[in-house]
Amino acid sequence: MDAYTFLLQGLATASEPAMLLYALIGVTLGTAVGVLPGIGPALTVALLLPVTYRLDPAGSLIMFAGIYYGGMYGGSTTSILLNTPGESASIITALEGNKMARKGRGGPALATAAIGSFIAGLIATLLLAFLAPSIVKIALVFGPREYFALMVLAFVTVSAAFGDSALRGLTSLFLGLALACIGIDQLTGQARLSFGVPDLLDGIEVTTMAVAMFAVGEALFIAGQRVRQDDEVTAVKGSVWMSLQDWRRSWKPWLRGTAIGFPIGAMPAGGAEIGTFLSYAAEKKLTKHPEEFGNGAIEGVAGPEAANNASAAGTLVPLLTLGLPTSATAAIMLAGFQQFGLQPGPLLFATNPTLVWGLIASLLIANAMLLVLNLPLIGLWVKLLTIPRHWLYAGILLFATLGTIGANPSSFELGMLLAFGVLGYVMRLFGYPIAPIVVGLILGPMAEQQLRRALSISQGDWTTLLQSPIAAVLLGLAALAFIVPLILRARGKGEVLSQMAADED
Amino acid sequence: MKRGRDTAALFIAAGLAVVGAVVLWDSARLADLGGYSGLGPASVPRVVGFGLLGLALWTVIAALRGEFPERPAQNPAPVLWIVAGLAAQLMLLHAAGFSIATGILFAFTARGFGKRNMALSLSVGIALSFAVWCVFSQLLMLHLPAGPIEQLIFRRG
Repeated sequence: MDAYTFLLQGLATASEPAMLLYALIGVTLGTAVGVLPGIGPALTVALLLPVTYRLDPAGSLIMFAGIYYGGMYGGSTTSILLNTPGESASIITALEGNKMARKGRGGPALATAAIGSFIAGLIATLLLAFLAPSIVKIALVFGPREYFALMVLAFVTVSAAFGDSALRGLTSLFLGLALACIGIDQLTGQARLSFGVPDLLDGIEVTTMAVAMFAVGEALFIAGQRVRQDDEVTAVKGSVWMSLQDWRRSWKPWLRGTAIGFPIGAMPAGGAEIGTFLSYAAEKKLTKHPEEFGNGAIEGVAGPEAANNASAAGTLVPLLTLGLPTSATAAIMLAGFQQFGLQPGPLLFATNPTLVWGLIASLLIANAMLLVLNLPLIGLWVKLLTIPRHWLYAGILLFATLGTIGANPSSFELGMLLAFGVLGYVMRLFGYPIAPIVVGLILGPMAEQQLRRALSISQGDWTTLLQSPIAAVLLGLAALAFIVPLILRARGKGEVLSQMAADED
Repeated sequence: MKRGRDTAALFIAAGLAVVGAVVLWDSARLADLGGYSGLGPASVPRVVGFGLLGLALWTVIAALRGEFPERPAQNPAPVLWIVAGLAAQLMLLHAAGFSIATGILFAFTARGFGKRNMALSLSVGIALSFAVWCVFSQLLMLHLPAGPIEQLIFRRG
């Protein structure tokens, strides 16, 4: 059977009434949480994970898909209506979008962001559906050494390639890898770094760590800021409908943004917001209204928003087909799969096609629901934006601890939440990126296992890693991704790289 | 941004070195059953441990050259309020139940963000936490510790 048949079957699964309800709850919760200032998609997904604990795998993953897409939509609303965007994923959107909103064109800005996100999400999800079977076919010939090389590449791109310092990226990654060693060794059953504490034998929970880093760390950081910027919500005046000219100026940026964003999301180079950045640069160059850029050009909202959503869908390509999370959000999604004992990857397509294709199809459905829900409910989202900060962060911490308690009602787990929260605060303070530590924690054990398998097959011969052409190429790319940015930074061209980095997502 | 010696960054370097040393010390007591691969349970921790030591050294160099970015000025009091709130919740969770413990966290966090009326934020926090407890433990069947408030309304163990 081909992708088309599978996708139709998936649509049949995803349009069962119960599944539609899950998707609807997912997109609504996702948007509502994503709209809250300072909450990016990674935290949205982490905070809402406990809602899905007791559902069946299919329903839970479908709700998850809705939460993920909803969180992305919510983020763009925030960045258009608020003068201080919380999440870096939306900084580019805020550049033009907030200017438009201040000129009283908030409606069209929100509309072009929503429709652009819809179109990008639609195209990118279809691309995901049609690419997945062929990648799965390639992935099936991947052995342990190829997987190991792929993970090394992901480690390097997440930690060292982008951002303003290879040192801080690598430090964050290695802390994640060290934490990943805690617990029982998968192959020999020996306890590592557990210091006789039984709670540590199971290792560190990825969701606890992600919630602590993103929610607790961020709350501490914002609370401690001496210079407090006052958020100012710009009211949406006039019609939310786009004029004919708005449409004419938007459709090309949507398509270009999608074309730029999807491949970048699909490459194992997550964490980087290169997609939105490149799309903005492209629109600025191609526009017929260069004077409007910086003062609220609609192309500057349409393109980057489309790129943002397309790369979000792109991230799902390595996650679903290879089981490889390339961003903090994807790492938390992987944890969501693992709570049901499911390991995404080529095998899941073979053993549980209904689930995988139901998930992909539900992305399409979630995307359509968001388009319908978003614009009419804009008044509600604006209300959410005006929640005073002290209530907002108090509520965020309530839900952050709820997730941890719900997964494991022990004081020890809460102690870890607190400890990682403080760690996240210190890392933020000193400019350490957060994504590498999360990705290191979840990918570390997988990479170790693949390496040990590969060397078992070769009976301890390390050259085996380079004897497979695929593995050799991947390791070569990893080396390049490490060395080239070092040279660029040494030559003082580091600003470009740091602009491309993101705190999360 | 060349500045002078960065003492705080030197502390980070020391911390990294300690973590690296602990990882190495722990790996030394593992029986290294490499088997066919030559890689045992201690091999990867060893690489990570030495990696952390190397990064500690690199951090020292960066700190001495003043290469760390400028840090935003911070007020310690709000941060401590939130940390205290989390610690209080952690200690009271099983004794006082979810609603009271989380309500205290809520009020302390609001205090950290400048809301001074603790009586108000504590009651809002407990009410909200109780509502959340009802939804998540009764509807979504999560195990959330029950305390006096929860037991008063739902008479169950």
